[in-house]
Amino acid sequence: MGGRTVKTTQVAVIGAGPAGLAAAIEVARAGGSVTVIDENAKPGGQLFKQIHKFFGSREHRAGVRGFHIGEQLLVETRELNVEVLLDSPVYALFPDKTVGYIHDGKEVCLKAEKIIIAAGAAENALAFPGSTLPGVMGAGAAQTMINVHRVLPGKRILMIGSGNVGLIVSYQLMQAGADVAALIEAAPQIGGYGVHAAKILRAGVPIHLSHTVKRAMGKDQVESVEMMELDARWQPVAGSEKILAVDTVCIAVGLTPLTELAWLMGCEFAFVPGLGGHVPKHDLNMETTVPGVFVAGDISGVEEASTAMEEGRLAGTACAEGLGLLERERARDLKTVIWERMNALRTGPFGDGRRKAKDHLVGLPVGGYE
Amino acid sequence: MNERVQYTGIPSEAELLASPGVPSRQRLEQGPVAFIECVQEIPCNPCEEACPFGAITVGEPITNLPVLNGEKCTGCGMCIAQCPGLAIFKVHLRYKEATSLVEFPYEYCPLPRKGDRVPCGDRKGDYVADGWVVSVKNARGNDGTAVVAVEVPRACCLEVRTICRKEYR
Repeated sequence: MGGRTVKTTQVAVIGAGPAGLAAAIEVARAGGSVTVIDENAKPGGQLFKQIHKFFGSREHRAGVRGFHIGEQLLVETRELNVEVLLDSPVYALFPDKTVGYIHDGKEVCLKAEKIIIAAGAAENALAFPGSTLPGVMGAGAAQTMINVHRVLPGKRILMIGSGNVGLIVSYQLMQAGADVAALIEAAPQIGGYGVHAAKILRAGVPIHLSHTVKRAMGKDQVESVEMMELDARWQPVAGSEKILAVDTVCIAVGLTPLTELAWLMGCEFAFVPGLGGHVPKHDLNMETTVPGVFVAGDISGVEEASTAMEEGRLAGTACAEGLGLLERERARDLKTVIWERMNALRTGPFGDGRRKAKDHLVGLPVGGYE
Repeated sequence: MNERVQYTGIPSEAELLASPGVPSRQRLEQGPVAFIECVQEIPCNPCEEACPFGAITVGEPITNLPVLNGEKCTGCGMCIAQCPGLAIFKVHLRYKEATSLVEFPYEYCPLPRKGDRVPCGDRKGDYVADGWVVSVKNARGNDGTAVVAVEVPRACCLEVRTICRKEYR
């Protein structure tokens, strides 16, 4: 490691989103030294573009807008003197739990006793003729443009995907002043919450189920989209094509966990479609199959910010326990309360599937690729 | 055509009638009352705490549908802005001789002003009738969710749920 700066910390947290910050807060609260590393210029992950009020209960800060929850997390990290390193992409994890990252053009090595990977997820792409035209973008990108940078990506939008992301971003695009010409969904039913769908329907946005995009057309940018209906076997219905004049196409077709660092660390994985694909196996402490390496948030299965924060708290509490900062019984009590809050979010027709997928993941045996 | 909410995004009449958050016809006749259009079991309960009269119960698990107690509900409308799903409305059926008052959450700019004549829309955003804005409440506690009250012809008070965004802009 010659020439490189070497720092030390008890717990290194990768990712300063809701999971990472919540994890760091728990470690610091127990008296541990913790360093959060994030490649972005600002902490908070995706929280600061969530301008809607969150669901859940008071303990989950329900009814509070996402960016306010983000502000509260930052206040707590400051009060607890959590070190948050920004503009610092992590490029490697070494078996001795050294984190390699770049800051200010220099390589830095951070030697940790425990690592929590809270790298989040990335939006899935959708390939179709014309999908490389300017104006085609991820719904999350559009949300960043309107809610963080205050730039309207277009005036007339087609949203693809009826999960909560597609529904919420459609609503927020209209709040920002754009028109949403339509929302299309390949499945025969709406993926997200009915109340989110109801908001955009009240604003006059039609939702076309069993529809997909055939192609986007335009000279230098999107000018129109040809959409078509799908039958019960998801095959195009001949003659169902319709052309819609739009200047922007937003894609909200799911997220994939950002697992590169966990692969690099040698964590065992499982393929769980309900959680977004390949996810590191982990136990009830969020510890992976590599001792001392934890995961939290979307990397361990795509859910939402509320569950990400609870997973972060679990991982942080477990790390503090492992470092001897919390007595076993105290840690057990804390984790029990967190699990109760988590399970409250993983109930009902929308949460049940995720809970089952998570239970499956946690129950997998260690040893070998699943 | 399946009319359930997961196919339309709008609670069907049957779903609304079966919902414990929707007041009875009898209760509607008695005066202003909350109208909770929450028909899916999602993990959420801020409405329960929002009601100063204890008229809304969610309980455990928090995926329970909110239950409205029509006797306790005074029609104060405090719950409207606290629902993250913007799914609570208020209906005052016999507001005046031939009109009703409908209150709904509204988070678009520009906000209407008291006295404005506005095109009112149904759950699909389709124009139903013109209405008159009676109040626009946007207190700090609403955290940006304005609550707009419109006076509309009584016949359409169970349909009107918004200002038509297309026409109003």
